[in-house]
Amino acid sequence: MAKPVPRESLVPGVDAGLARRLLGEMLLIRRFEEKAAEAYTLGKIGGFLHLYIGEEAVAVGATSVLRPDDFAISAYREHGHCLAKGADPRRMMAELYGRRDGLSKGKGGSMHLFDRSVNFLGGHAIVGSHLPVAAGVGFAIKYQGGDQVVVCYFGDGAVPQGEFHESMNLVALWKLPVVYLCENNRYAMGTSTERALAQTEIWKFGQTYGIPSERVDGMDVLAVREAVGRAVARARAASTPALIEADTYRFRGHSMRDPAGAVYRTREEVEREKQRDPIVLFRARVLAAGLLAEDDVRAIEKDVSDRIDEAVAFADASPEPPAEWLFTDIYTDISTEA
Amino acid sequence: MPKLNMVKALNTALFEEMARDPDVLVLGEDVGVDGGVFRVTDDLQRKFGSQRVIDSPLAEAGIIGTAVGMALYGLKPICEIQFSGFAFQCFHQIENHAARYRSRSQGRFHCQMVIRMPYGGGVRALEHHTESEEQFYAHIPGLKMVIPSGPRTARALLAAAIRDPDPVIFFEAKALYHAAKEDVPDESETLPLGRAQVAREGGDLTLIAYGAMLRVALEAADVLQTEDGASVEVLDLLTISPLDRATLVASVAKTGRAVVVHEAPRSFGPGAEIAASIMDGAFLSLEAPVRRVTAYDVAFAGFAREKATVPDVPRVVAAARETLAF
Ligand SMILES: Cc1ncc(C[n+]2csc(CCOP(=O)(O)OP(=O)(O)O)c2C)c(N)n1
Ligand SMILES: [Mg+2]
Repeated sequence: MAKPVPRESLVPGVDAGLARRLLGEMLLIRRFEEKAAEAYTLGKIGGFLHLYIGEEAVAVGATSVLRPDDFAISAYREHGHCLAKGADPRRMMAELYGRRDGLSKGKGGSMHLFDRSVNFLGGHAIVGSHLPVAAGVGFAIKYQGGDQVVVCYFGDGAVPQGEFHESMNLVALWKLPVVYLCENNRYAMGTSTERALAQTEIWKFGQTYGIPSERVDGMDVLAVREAVGRAVARARAASTPALIEADTYRFRGHSMRDPAGAVYRTREEVEREKQRDPIVLFRARVLAAGLLAEDDVRAIEKDVSDRIDEAVAFADASPEPPAEWLFTDIYTDISTEA
Repeated sequence: MPKLNMVKALNTALFEEMARDPDVLVLGEDVGVDGGVFRVTDDLQRKFGSQRVIDSPLAEAGIIGTAVGMALYGLKPICEIQFSGFAFQCFHQIENHAARYRSRSQGRFHCQMVIRMPYGGGVRALEHHTESEEQFYAHIPGLKMVIPSGPRTARALLAAAIRDPDPVIFFEAKALYHAAKEDVPDESETLPLGRAQVAREGGDLTLIAYGAMLRVALEAADVLQTEDGASVEVLDLLTISPLDRATLVASVAKTGRAVVVHEAPRSFGPGAEIAASIMDGAFLSLEAPVRRVTAYDVAFAGFAREKATVPDVPRVVAAARETLAF
């Protein structure tokens, strides 16, 4: 028999309000993604759709230590980061649908969500390309004497790109307040880290550049919160960059076009990893710790599913962008119409 | 003669060329185990092994730079970039290395390599996954820029590109991958690079197209024939650079009228060069200004508006009518 665990040590430093928030945000992302998948299957979303299901603890844990005026920037699997940062799920869903009320007026789509009002600096489809951008934002903050921090999410797939290494060097050299948060879900599309990286312990690259670096269980929202909390505190106080490798896993395929149990990983592996479901684990912990009761959890679930239903209804009701919008936002004031 | 779609036709060419020449190898992201984003390299790794069909890390500059080195040594790499929109990560390697080694080394070194990339609309995706960027490569001396228009030309041109001693940028229209099937001969065949084809003969107007736009041009020609009684010649460029000016000029010298169709944005696009070449070679035969039907000069349209941006039959027909009525 395992020794009984003292209840408070299950969720150190967490009160009911925080538990509710963390669980609610993870659920919001999960349900958003599930609905997006449905809409994609119905043909309402075109092109590609990359779901964040399984990785929710990273975005939610990290964002929970940020201030509203801190920045987040991400790659193309960014719905979770954008939601966690506080964007309106209705406008996000409308963006995925390519509708006029979308965050980017329906012109960005799933991979290019931007929300200035919550300092979310976008999704980026080109792998690795946003890492130096994060460094630039960090530079600007420091230059202006601000104390905000940039959190830059990226996948293990970006690590072999030159821009990863260039960015590590720059933020270390110039001491920039950027927290690079690698979501290591072990695959870049169908290529495992073992087949792509000479050094699969990604956090160790940070050491080479003299950047405080660590690895964290990305399925544990509180562990992420702590690790990112430490890094953000250093960045804010002393403009110290960080590299954090979150060990996580995507439960679905790379995109909706890639079936979950595709050729590059086994069904058993996926099933095993699903035992680490961050939402299931956290819910069990807060219930066991007596922080929330079953009724509280049901209420959170109800609220989340109402918000997502609203988001879908909003997106469905939003018209397509008018044809004239093709020619807007290309230059300041020059019409490029043919 | 089996009927193949373009994916299968390209896959066939890769199989044949790898079997034919042990120096040919394939490299790119997910080309091996996964068989490529669009499955063009399907089964190659099983057949030829992971020494010749190489899953690379996600590093486009690394892929092309490495391939340049392989080519300098005498291998004949075929690189896959998953979408043409990702190639800016390796653009420097292409324009500064692949394209220039021959001239830089006064012919002592050259890069026999092919860089395959899907391009253009057709998958309701965004920006990098939908754009057409042939103009960037066509502008670079030392590169050849090839775009097949269907399964048969795809198989023949890919084989020719692989055997060509110069670096070839090989664009594959996503819209064509799973579109119509065509008869593809059992025997391996090639088509000469730098040569356009007359896809349909006519005497009143020349439509010039390539890649996925060939279908659009052919359909427009049908409409013009049935509704206007106009006899329209359609040229399939196949190679964008070096441009087959002789075929262009001969056709327009005959018809006196020309409309160019492409998916790339208009300004400084291939249509401009084509129009200038026609002016140079067939000025006195021209009855009307050369028109262009292209994507607009906008960064991207969003998938909801992809159809509004990529040229379609009505736009081509309208431009042709204006040209005919000029
Ligand atoms: C420069 C570039 N090359 C290739 C791609 C195609 N691609 C899209 S996602 C991806 C894998 C990225 O994996 P990772 O960074 O680990 O992110 P994950 O999908 O696991 O979240 C690839 C190869 C791309 N978008 N950009
Ligand atoms: Mg990954």
